[in-house]
Amino acid sequence: MTLLTILIDGLAYGMVLFVLASGLSVTLGLMNFVNLAHGAFAMVGGYVTVVLMQRYGVHFLWTLPAAFLTAAAAGYVLERTLYRPMYAKSHLDQVVFSIGLVFMAVAAMKYVMGSQQQIISLPEWLRGRFDVFGVSIGRYRFFVFVLCGLLALTLHFVFSRTRFGSRLRAAVDDARVARGLGIPVNGLFAITFAVGSGLAGFGGALGIELLGLDPTFPLKFMIYFLIVVTVGGTTTITGPFLAAMLLGVADVMGKYLIPQAGAFIIYALMVALLLLRPEGLFSRSRS
Amino acid sequence: MSGENLPGRVYGSLLAARRWHPAEIAFWLLAVVVYFALPRQLLLLNEIAILALFALSLDLILGYAGIVSLGHAAFLGMGAYVAGLLALHVTADPLIGLVAASAASALLGLVTSPLVLKGNDLTRLMVTLGIGLLMLELANSLSFITGGADGLQGIVMGNLLGVFEFDLFGKTAYAYSLSVLFILFLIARRIVHSPFGLSLRAIRDNSLRATAAGVPRNGRLAAVYTLSAAYAGAAGALLAQTTSFVSLDVLDFHRSADVMLVLILGGPGWLYGGLVGSIAFKFLQDLIAGWTPQYWQFWIGLLLVLFVLGGREILHGGIKGLVARIPFLQRGRRP
Repeated sequence: MTLLTILIDGLAYGMVLFVLASGLSVTLGLMNFVNLAHGAFAMVGGYVTVVLMQRYGVHFLWTLPAAFLTAAAAGYVLERTLYRPMYAKSHLDQVVFSIGLVFMAVAAMKYVMGSQQQIISLPEWLRGRFDVFGVSIGRYRFFVFVLCGLLALTLHFVFSRTRFGSRLRAAVDDARVARGLGIPVNGLFAITFAVGSGLAGFGGALGIELLGLDPTFPLKFMIYFLIVVTVGGTTTITGPFLAAMLLGVADVMGKYLIPQAGAFIIYALMVALLLLRPEGLFSRSRS
Repeated sequence: MSGENLPGRVYGSLLAARRWHPAEIAFWLLAVVVYFALPRQLLLLNEIAILALFALSLDLILGYAGIVSLGHAAFLGMGAYVAGLLALHVTADPLIGLVAASAASALLGLVTSPLVLKGNDLTRLMVTLGIGLLMLELANSLSFITGGADGLQGIVMGNLLGVFEFDLFGKTAYAYSLSVLFILFLIARRIVHSPFGLSLRAIRDNSLRATAAGVPRNGRLAAVYTLSAAYAGAAGALLAQTTSFVSLDVLDFHRSADVMLVLILGGPGWLYGGLVGSIAFKFLQDLIAGWTPQYWQFWIGLLLVLFVLGGREILHGGIKGLVARIPFLQRGRRP
């Protein structure tokens, strides 16, 4: 293992984390809603891929859009029915509500799929490694890196260059004024929530190979999503992206180089970063 | 507003709130009566008392000072490990362990309190969650002290006050936990109905205005955070001493989540919230776990979702309506 190989592993890991958490960062910024159940949508996506591949023999690549759509649909329905009444409530109620959802999702998934780790067999061309100038790179990690990189660029484009994106940014900055200007904030939010959940499902499906998948997934990775969002801030796409990269590289490097420290490094890093920049590492100052 | 006698009126209202309501006395009498009435349930009752103390500790910061914490298990675990290690290596006396565990947790609370003073609700949530996970990782990696995943085994406690032996049925355990809970409850009751407690509520309701009125926000919050940590440490010590076992589970995230759920069930912001909540939570857990042991979490989750979506208003409204019909309970209801 050379340092460069670890670095690329870390970047691929960070990319997946970004796709998983990007939806959360927008919904958090938009509605100021603390959704700890975001990981449940990722888990749904992951299990859609597992079920489609294992029971119906669908090709891995085709399961990815299915994972996205299923999670997005679940997100849309839940937002319309359960989440909407919660926006006006206190942060404490929102935390309790979403923890309740996580508990339900974990237990329900355990009931339906069993509590074992899920394994998928990737297609031949994604297995193994290849060498570039003596640096060994996992094929799947490279694939994830490219795919998520393209996705991040698309998101950035939508967020910063389109009409939808500018409305979204206006709503995140000040929902009240945006409403006053005639921007349909609630409708915007429903779409964003659905897309964000879909992205989480997509990330969950991509991440089976890198992060693992079992019913405790939403609890295990909750802290990772929250780190990405809080450290990255909620006003841009680049903030969470850089935060996810930093987290991915720090976590993978820490686990390779100082295995006995475990996850200690990233938690310490997070606490330190939040102390130095309570508003998020890359966010513009909001005064 | 008549300004001339404001201090007098404030003291008057504080004194009025400090007076004991008959329902409170009945509550504690009932807690003693069950010791004799339900000798087979003492182990469960002991768990309830410990959970109640833990929830009381969270109530101090969450209900009275408005600090939402997702990592309160850090202090429970600190107390449990200190009490367990002390019993294994130094002294088997439970009371010394209890005091040492509280002190250690208080110290941890004091050291980490600057972290929770900064930022908004969300960063606070993150930082407390981070501290909780850090403690779990720490306990996991310091396995030569903590026993790692195996936990601390072979804890043998000495007799309580040198007289009462810890028995298999939880007789001493429940009496011990209940006494500690009661004493700490009295102290908490005195504190929240003091000017100090009033200033905490001022900070909770409007931090900016409280600061403008001259309340030293950071100092007060640090003080109550430390106090709450000491309470959680005491709960951890009770847990370690009465079960003779400490494992990484005491630091797990579900402990922090559960205690928050307990407090939500009972209602934060009044001291009985944690106590009532822990009784309800444990009975529900016992009931559901007996019916569907693997999936009880699902039903707890469902309960919480329904509860915050509107069930609480119905439930608490119903209770208030009931209380309003009974003249005996008129005074000293929850605010």
